[in-house]
Amino acid sequence: MTNTPVSSKPAPVTVPSARPAPVRRAGGRAAPSQKQRSTRRENLAGYGFLLPWLVGFFGLTVGPMLISLYLAFTSYNLFTDPEWIGFDNFTRMFTDDPIYMKSVGITLIYVLVGTPIKLAAALGIAMLLNYRDAGSGFFRSSFYAPSLIGASVSVAIVWRAMFAANGPVDGGLSFLGIQIGGWVGNVDLVVPMMIILAVWQFGAPMVIFLAGLKQVPQELYEAAEMDGAGPFRRFRNVTLPMLSPVIFFNLLLETINAFQIFSSAFIISNGSGGPGGMTNFYTVYLYKRAFADLQMGYASAMAWVLVIVVAIAALVLFRTSKRWVHYGGDS
Amino acid sequence: MSILNETPLDETVFAASVAPDTPQRPRRVSRKKLNSIIWFIALGALTLLVLYPLIWLVFATFKPSSEFGSNPGLLPESPTIDNFIKVVEGIGGTPLWRFFANSLLIAGLAVIGTLVSSSMAAYAFARIRFKGVGLYFTAMIGTLLLPFHVLIIPQYIMFQKIGWVDTYIPLLIGKFLAVEAFFVFLMVQFIRNLPKEMDEAARIDGAGHTRIFVSIILPLIRPALITSAIFSFIWTWNDFLGPLLYVTTPEKYPLPIALRLYNDATSTSDFGATVAVSMLALLPILIFFIVFQRFLVAGVATQGVKG
Repeated sequence: MTNTPVSSKPAPVTVPSARPAPVRRAGGRAAPSQKQRSTRRENLAGYGFLLPWLVGFFGLTVGPMLISLYLAFTSYNLFTDPEWIGFDNFTRMFTDDPIYMKSVGITLIYVLVGTPIKLAAALGIAMLLNYRDAGSGFFRSSFYAPSLIGASVSVAIVWRAMFAANGPVDGGLSFLGIQIGGWVGNVDLVVPMMIILAVWQFGAPMVIFLAGLKQVPQELYEAAEMDGAGPFRRFRNVTLPMLSPVIFFNLLLETINAFQIFSSAFIISNGSGGPGGMTNFYTVYLYKRAFADLQMGYASAMAWVLVIVVAIAALVLFRTSKRWVHYGGDS
Repeated sequence: MSILNETPLDETVFAASVAPDTPQRPRRVSRKKLNSIIWFIALGALTLLVLYPLIWLVFATFKPSSEFGSNPGLLPESPTIDNFIKVVEGIGGTPLWRFFANSLLIAGLAVIGTLVSSSMAAYAFARIRFKGVGLYFTAMIGTLLLPFHVLIIPQYIMFQKIGWVDTYIPLLIGKFLAVEAFFVFLMVQFIRNLPKEMDEAARIDGAGHTRIFVSIILPLIRPALITSAIFSFIWTWNDFLGPLLYVTTPEKYPLPIALRLYNDATSTSDFGATVAVSMLALLPILIFFIVFQRFLVAGVATQGVKG
């Protein structure tokens, strides 16, 4: 095992948890004034260094979230004052807006089908890369490249051309005797096309898996092999449990990201969400409602539903993680 | 697990490895070699498949527009550099270099803002014990998971009321305020792994936090700064939604929005031009990537693996 820059400083495999640095308790009753003064100095320095972040956090995150929460209960077109309408936006969403329900449907398909395939590809290829060290750097970087550019307008344009009628994919499939024509205008194939675009960007989770794999102690495999475990058993009983924190991290991040797919769908459909609303993913529809129809209240309500859904997804993952995520007991 | 269990297994392994009259050593080596060859071929094929869209893009820039939709192959039938000649003059009266310059300006300022604000926040989180640090750290991690689409409407309203629409300020202000938690988190991880002895020694010598930050921490976290700079540059360069919302004058367009202009204006008649601009817009990123890939890959891995 040669060390990559990543694993050169072995660290316990854990997902980022809210693990606050231990805060020094403000001196007890008998604390010397020297200590109090140093505590005050630390507080001053802390807030000084954190000032830009604090301004951003309250001014660009917390404040806007509160505004958005308020707008979700109003009708607002940017030019006249917001008008309080209670829960109307939410009832309209779920009872009187078939386009919304369809948008939810294709987004869920995209997330629930695309994310597992992407992660499975990432894990499989990471294991393949982990087989050998010499030469794997080039492959690792090549596989990572799509993750870096995948959300760009250029790639969306390329993707549309790749899957157009008589494009490279169609041409290749015709060569194999499969005649399906262009994917872009086909209501049944445009979502799979978007999923393939997501899976193509398997490199980022793959790199994280690979770093995790490098930290699995080799002795565990040797011990399992001694016990007569075949490759499948070793994968099931050593690799998966040892990687579970990393799997959890990737699953959480990739799920949240998948819900927010925007640019590629927007470019591929020229902002229309077509064909047949099949690229009208959640955030594309949200954008259209807010900035084309100027229904800022309704779009804010949509945004809050997204926040709640993502929060629930994260919560479910965190809850179930207790059952399947193992944090190395010996470290 | 017990020795009793292992012994018979060991014997079978041993027995297998001294199977009669086979020249063990050479065969073993050649099998390993064979595996390596298969490994190289499999990964090579996969690389070709993964990179094919980009390879296709490079060759497609030399195809005349008429070949799109009729020639699915990689190589142009009648290669031409007309696409490049056409796109250089720009679109709607704005020359192409202008869009590049705009993108470069925005991305450059974004990098500066991100490095300054994120490293300061990271230092506070990692090295200063002040009241509320735990709470703020949790909040920072929370923003990492927050769908940012909930912010675009209220932020747009705010910036519109202030009068910042059609300036670059809405695209940049967040970078100077460490809004992208990814970078703060990356640097926090890096600083936490630095030995504390050095700043303690400096502190005994009477150095304050500013001194320690500037002359000890910043030089030591250079790899994290480089990784952050590259990511910040690439993400800003690629950003589509931000400029789509806030930049309205064509002369101020960064590349992604200009590219959309090409795409909408020419997608049927002159796809060659669109493809050429797409390639030119990706080129700086790919060059960056090839030069700095080690830093990028290490940065991504750090994010997930270190706790």
